[in-house]
Amino acid sequence: MALLQISEPGQSAAPHQHRLAAGIDLGTTNSLVATVRSGMAETLPDAEGNHLLPSVVRYLGGGSRVVGQEAKAEAARDPLNTIVSVKRFMGRGVNDVKSLGSRLPYEFVDAESRMPRLRTAGGDVSPVEVSAEILKSLRQRAESSLGGELTGVVITVPAYFDDAQRQATKDAAKLASLNVLRLLNEPTAAAVAYGLDGGSEGVIAVYDLGGGTFDISILRLNKGVFEVLATSGDSALGGDDMDRAVAEWIMGQAGIADDADHHQLRRLMRDACAAKETLTASDIAAIKLELADGSHWEGALSREQFDALVDPLIRKSLIPCRRALRDAGVDPNEIKDVVMVGGSTRVPRVRELVGEFFGRDPLVDIDPDKVVAIGAAMQADVLVGNKPDDQMLLLDVIPLSLGIETMGGLVEKIIPRNTTIPVARAQDFTTFKDGQTAMAVHVVQGERELVSDSRSLARFELRGIPAMTAGAARIRVTFQVDADGLLSVTAREQTTGVESSIQVKPSYGLSDNEIERMLRESMDHAREDMNARNLREQQVEADRVLDALQVALDADGEALLSAAERGELERAMDVVRQARQGSDHKAIKTALDALNKASSEFAARRMNASIQKALSGHALDEFN
Amino acid sequence: MSMQTDTAKDYFELFGLPVGFELDSELLALRYRELQQAVHPDRFAGGTDLERRLAVQQASRVNEGYRILRSPLARARYLLELWGVGLDDTNTISDPGFLMAQMELREALAEVRGSRDPFVALAAVRDDIERRDRILADELRSAFDDGSPEALARARACVLKMQFMHKLLDEVAILEEDLVHEG
Repeated sequence: MALLQISEPGQSAAPHQHRLAAGIDLGTTNSLVATVRSGMAETLPDAEGNHLLPSVVRYLGGGSRVVGQEAKAEAARDPLNTIVSVKRFMGRGVNDVKSLGSRLPYEFVDAESRMPRLRTAGGDVSPVEVSAEILKSLRQRAESSLGGELTGVVITVPAYFDDAQRQATKDAAKLASLNVLRLLNEPTAAAVAYGLDGGSEGVIAVYDLGGGTFDISILRLNKGVFEVLATSGDSALGGDDMDRAVAEWIMGQAGIADDADHHQLRRLMRDACAAKETLTASDIAAIKLELADGSHWEGALSREQFDALVDPLIRKSLIPCRRALRDAGVDPNEIKDVVMVGGSTRVPRVRELVGEFFGRDPLVDIDPDKVVAIGAAMQADVLVGNKPDDQMLLLDVIPLSLGIETMGGLVEKIIPRNTTIPVARAQDFTTFKDGQTAMAVHVVQGERELVSDSRSLARFELRGIPAMTAGAARIRVTFQVDADGLLSVTAREQTTGVESSIQVKPSYGLSDNEIERMLRESMDHAREDMNARNLREQQVEADRVLDALQVALDADGEALLSAAERGELERAMDVVRQARQGSDHKAIKTALDALNKASSEFAARRMNASIQKALSGHALDEFN
Repeated sequence: MSMQTDTAKDYFELFGLPVGFELDSELLALRYRELQQAVHPDRFAGGTDLERRLAVQQASRVNEGYRILRSPLARARYLLELWGVGLDDTNTISDPGFLMAQMELREALAEVRGSRDPFVALAAVRDDIERRDRILADELRSAFDDGSPEALARARACVLKMQFMHKLLDEVAILEEDLVHEG
């Protein structure tokens, strides 16, 4: 448990208990789960020995569904009910999804909901639900392999994911009943996997070209602290685009019309991907296809031809690389190592051009498909408290600027991109008209000046502003971004204290009610009781809080609390213990809320003490 | 007693550093890492909701302090505010030479789009701005070094000029973004 780190070595009260934790790489094409066992991080295979779980879900009639290899095998035969690359739709609106390409083989439900839903034999499903199926499959794999329930997981997301995409990922985890310790940026996870193995220090670049997204991160490593200096990327660039480029080349060569049907397009993409993979080791790939009229076409793609097809895509990835270096204030020659992540970095041309750009051979020692999950597992192991002496700390940044709409459809940036998180920042605004009593706040994310070019995250209204002359009111809008990169916004009129706050539920996200309903539906499916689930959740929370407080009391209770204060706190803990024995989840919740209040002063004093200790510890070092 | 963490401290105090413009940047970075080790929310992953909220607040404050102390411009602004000679909305630059240079830089930036290779032209404008910014930073350092009221007034003028340069650099970045998007 993290709290142990504040107590003196050897004073930890709770006997050390190994908790089960996992790192999950929820990928566009494939997903993985990894864990730390006997000090080694490793990915976990399924019963057949496969580590990669294809991120494919096939919906069948009657509420059943299959995930992974079995679903992928049917993708070409049953394209409408088989959802692949769903990560591309996460946190996106219907129009965004349509603009991803007219060649998507799915039928979208034109629902009133802002979130796109896909029509399948198993009903209409949202991208969040599809992702939850993949997560459930990985959770089952981990729990059966480790022989117990997972205490917590770290799930990786592309560094370039915006707030809506992160929120969607967290919602999917909630649907899959996973306790998310942290959403971790994929490149940071990769750096962890490399950084700890090699014990290296200095500035490194992580080049992550996956199936559907590209990320570049510049990090500084120093004594266990991974400080992300800058990150950039392209959320619509990846190996799938290479496949598409090859597929289009084949279509041109074989004279296949643009309006080919779903089955044919699926097969073409599969053949294109196979050709790409062949070309990582060979100089030429033979391609054979069966055309719609039953005739056959045979051709060959050479390495040179392939390189020419993908060169524009790889060069597109170098633009964000340049931007990230500049934002980090680092010259390419200061980069000590370049870490390659993502299956698409197996393409020799990618390694060649990236090596040229940074002026050094990229590191490829760890399997680029597994490196992210391995790093996530290491972080999960630390966060869950299995390594109380570990000094590893990951300091991430927000990838895209956050701002609000001002007059004339312009964006006023409040937190610029590449600001280290967590971060809180406030900005004052005023009214535009005499007697104005309400103000609409439109939160946007992106680098462009115009609201219309930015991603709309949320809208809310601050009402009840007292009528004043234009420009007299002072409305302070505060953005708080937590360590997962998730935003909450509060707005407060300074002279009257009128307040309005929202947890940003992205314009394309699920509402809490929708999540609740989905959870209930999946419960019905599993014949579990919602009540039992609520009770279990509150019991787990009670145990966690009691545990944490006990450790804190043992470490600092003597020094920071009077006998009376301590007595009061212990009484509140007893109330929680008693409620925990019962079967009323609401009673446990009430007791926990009371305990939280009773312990707030103690928590604040401990925080101050730990800051003092961090500084005084340092002064001692210098003195010696 | 009310729940209160030490938010009243100024950032120098928070980082255990002497108040002043000269600053040991390696020591700052070291203290930053040590403070984050102590307060980052990841250190409270198993803690109560309250502890995690406090940790988010404290870690945010440490990040903000680090951002301000690390940048010479932000640090100078912050110091002038601490010393009661802060900037307000009425401060303007009256140095004619600077105003002229400012106009020239703006013109150069406006001409980037029409030039033969906009990216090269943009890089040249950026280099020019950064060179001027470095000179201003040196002036700022010597003004703080002096420390007399007149010197602090000079420091304030430098801050205003540097703010202008940084705004221009933001515009350079936006223009570059636009050029990239236009292909």
